Amino acid sequence: MRKVAVVGAGMTKFARRALETPKELSYQASKAALDSAGMKLKDIDCVAHGSAPDAFDGIHQKGEYLADGCGGWNKPTMRVFVGGATGVHAIAHGWYHVASGLADTCLVVCEEKMSSAMPHAQAFFLTIFDAITERALGLNLIWIFALEMKRYMERYGYTKEDMALSAMKNKNQGLKHPASQFYGGNELTVEDILNSEVMASPVSRLDVSPVSDGAAAIVLASERTARRLTDKPVWIEGVGWCLDTAYWATRDLYYPRYTEIAARKAYKMAGIREPHKEINIAEPYDPFGYKQLHHMEGLLLSPKGKTVELLRDGHFDMDGNLPMCPSGGLLGVGNPIAAAGTLKLCELFWQLRGEAGERQVPGNPRLGVAQAWGDLMQVSSVVVMGINNA
Amino acid sequence: MDHKEFIRGGTALSEDEIKSGKIFVEEDALDCRYAWDTGVAIGRYLAELKKGKIIAKKTNCCDRIMIPPRMFCELCYRPSGAWTYVQDTGVVNTFSISNIYYDASRVPSGEPNPMPAVIEIDGASKGMGIMHLLGEVKPEDVKIGMKVKAVWKPESERTGSITDIEYFKPY
Amino acid sequence: MSKKVAIVGLGYSSFRTTSQDVSYREMIFEAATKCYEDAGGVHPQDIDAFVACSEDFMEGISIADEYVPDQLGAVLKPVQSITGDGLQGLASAAMHVLTGELDLVTLSAFSKASNVLHYANVVSYACDPTYVRPLKENPYFIAGLEMNRYLYETGTTEEQCAMVTAKNKGNALFNPTAAYGAKIDVKDVLQSDPLFSPLKYLDKSQDLDGAIVFLLASEEKAYQYTDKPIWIKGLGWATDTPNLDNRLDGMGDAVYARLAAQKAYEMAGITYPRKEIHFAELDDTFSFKELQHLEALNICSRGEAGKLLEQGVFSKNGDFPVNVSGGSLGVGYLHEANGLQRLMEVVLQLRGEAGKRQLDDVETGLAFAWRGIPTATGAAAVLSSRY
Ligand SMILES: [Zn+2]
Repeated sequence: MRKVAVVGAGMTKFARRALETPKELSYQASKAALDSAGMKLKDIDCVAHGSAPDAFDGIHQKGEYLADGCGGWNKPTMRVFVGGATGVHAIAHGWYHVASGLADTCLVVCEEKMSSAMPHAQAFFLTIFDAITERALGLNLIWIFALEMKRYMERYGYTKEDMALSAMKNKNQGLKHPASQFYGGNELTVEDILNSEVMASPVSRLDVSPVSDGAAAIVLASERTARRLTDKPVWIEGVGWCLDTAYWATRDLYYPRYTEIAARKAYKMAGIREPHKEINIAEPYDPFGYKQLHHMEGLLLSPKGKTVELLRDGHFDMDGNLPMCPSGGLLGVGNPIAAAGTLKLCELFWQLRGEAGERQVPGNPRLGVAQAWGDLMQVSSVVVMGINNA
Repeated sequence: MDHKEFIRGGTALSEDEIKSGKIFVEEDALDCRYAWDTGVAIGRYLAELKKGKIIAKKTNCCDRIMIPPRMFCELCYRPSGAWTYVQDTGVVNTFSISNIYYDASRVPSGEPNPMPAVIEIDGASKGMGIMHLLGEVKPEDVKIGMKVKAVWKPESERTGSITDIEYFKPY
Repeated sequence: MSKKVAIVGLGYSSFRTTSQDVSYREMIFEAATKCYEDAGGVHPQDIDAFVACSEDFMEGISIADEYVPDQLGAVLKPVQSITGDGLQGLASAAMHVLTGELDLVTLSAFSKASNVLHYANVVSYACDPTYVRPLKENPYFIAGLEMNRYLYETGTTEEQCAMVTAKNKGNALFNPTAAYGAKIDVKDVLQSDPLFSPLKYLDKSQDLDGAIVFLLASEEKAYQYTDKPIWIKGLGWATDTPNLDNRLDGMGDAVYARLAAQKAYEMAGITYPRKEIHFAELDDTFSFKELQHLEALNICSRGEAGKLLEQGVFSKNGDFPVNVSGGSLGVGYLHEANGLQRLMEVVLQLRGEAGKRQLDDVETGLAFAWRGIPTATGAAAVLSSRY
């Protein structure tokens, strides 16, 4: 297999409502990523981009619309789509462009502008449900996550407080991310989260990541080009993705089996046998507090039903055995859907190169995993990235 | 090198900037309409709902009773078998009590909270559930594992839709 | 490219103008079942990955990716969607295999265009929301603009465009999957209702419902599934600017096709496409597009396609048959599945399974798809029955 490296990363700030158009946000992130790689657009062979539902923007064929903002003018440009998992999946999409030998360099860009949807982006989520058998019930997206969260908590006896602790950890870590809406702000307590308005029990307002506008990008290169560009390439060690049945109500929601299958594929490609021992840093998808715990179990980084215990023991702290969401994640930085997954790719790139500033995880992390999740609680994309520390 | 240099743009707008008219917007309401073909399996499912019955499909390959019905078993990848009625009762697999409607607008005080639930339908294979709503029960009394029964609209008001069942209530 | 990828399975549902008797899931199940049987009865759980092509607004479903796995037998398998034409999906699926990590990949696309009640509205939502859409014009004006500019730049005539429609609808009479076959002549097209001048009703293809599924395999695995693998020799796709007002060269010329073809030919080692390729199935969403695409694909020089058409070069018994299937004008317009309909014809021809319209002695074929107005994206694939 041809080795593929990440050689650059960049992103916009995540704003509740951004001045920029989707094209402009894409441009800003792409340009920052190219600059960080010391590259010009002419050095890029192809563009692999991603964005979540077209309905937010009210733009049909959004991939076409975004193409020039993503640097795709007069280039091979292709948009990939796996709902909320798109932001991490985009690296797999870029990876096969380069690993196949068809391209030497690839710009991977994910963008989301959710504030254009009026009165609220949530209204458009109604259109993700089965058009015939579900939509007439007037469903809200948060409801189905509430159903999953309830099932997960019930299964292991986890409490609302446990879930709030998980959310709090990321929200407070996000205060250190310059792209965060809350950069430099005040820390929250578990009580703040527990006392926030109940949206759909057991989900409270502060259990949820904030809807945002933003974009993020990374640059991929083949081994030869990567070594020419940088002495600190970050390698894509493994990728995996998996989609479960669309009949989501026929699954037991307490465990994300699709995440496990995706993770096993990525670990196998990366030659990882004991992920919980070998992985130094994890960026599980965290649109809700409970989700990152759920995903840590699916990623085989925490035993089923023991994750809260490990969380409380500090196992997932920045100086713990397995730092979790050092970026602050979606909860701490913001959730412009596809871009939020790519935020995690940027974070691994910076952390593995030791460039994460005040968020830098100690001990020279060597191997990291990022994961995103989406569709009808149904899909996971997983990537393992690594750096060879001399 | 510090990563901060590569975080650029994403200029946050304040409510004031928007309200004061300094920021121009172009408004449009989407007008996309569809008439989705329901097909063989879901077409029959809806027709039976109109009659006040829930119909499922058996598989010959793995001996399941599937709800909602499908023309094929997605696991064995074989055409499915005979139609079979299942009960209009079931068990709550998981639920939520909501303070918001589909568009994130708040439920006004005094109005009932929507109570979405996954209901495992009696007579279908274990774990086979559908998404629906609960009613005629106090939010604090809803429990996982609770037995519920469909409350049907009057026959004259049924249209061949999942909403021909108004909600499920404990029994 | 050191490794090779083959098409080892093909299945399709019946193509119809409406398909009220089946849901899209049931339609895709039919196509996929046929594909897997065509590939020697492979079970989908033995397939390594799945690529589907779709656009949310065409389905009326957000995150349409959700509803992909079941009908393809892809539950708990690697599945992803490309919001692009089926030939972009082909490139994605082929790249999966070329990494060396995956051996068998399914590719699918479908159209349920009959379920979309206001298609022109959907197309208008593909236009820039702040400075094109507010014009409140029917978006097909863009096709009129492009056609006018193409005729102006190349000297191609409306009669020559009309001749494309007549040829393709005539070809479709020999294709049992085609819905719009007809025996008509140039005059019928010229006298059809004007749409956006110079575009007329019969210059434009009409919607069709249908699903198409392919199975791709690595060269190590190909012969396990078929005796007649069709090899993917070249792939290319490209996007010109999405902005109408700075498309510059792209209003009269299909720049996206030029760029996509360059890549595909380079990969396939093709220097003289007209000689080294024996026939083509290419986008004819509008009649003029077939001529414009032939020129951009370097099958002939600019302004030459209309004349060669008059000489019969592109007829089914001509020197370089084009759209023997009937194309979109004759078969129907399958939206994201358009490219796969082209690919399907190329595969059937190369296998020698094209029935009454079988071409003699063809070994290498070209498929090309365009994503339609207002886009400037196209994808090309060169295929061969020779290893
Ligand atoms: Zn079965």
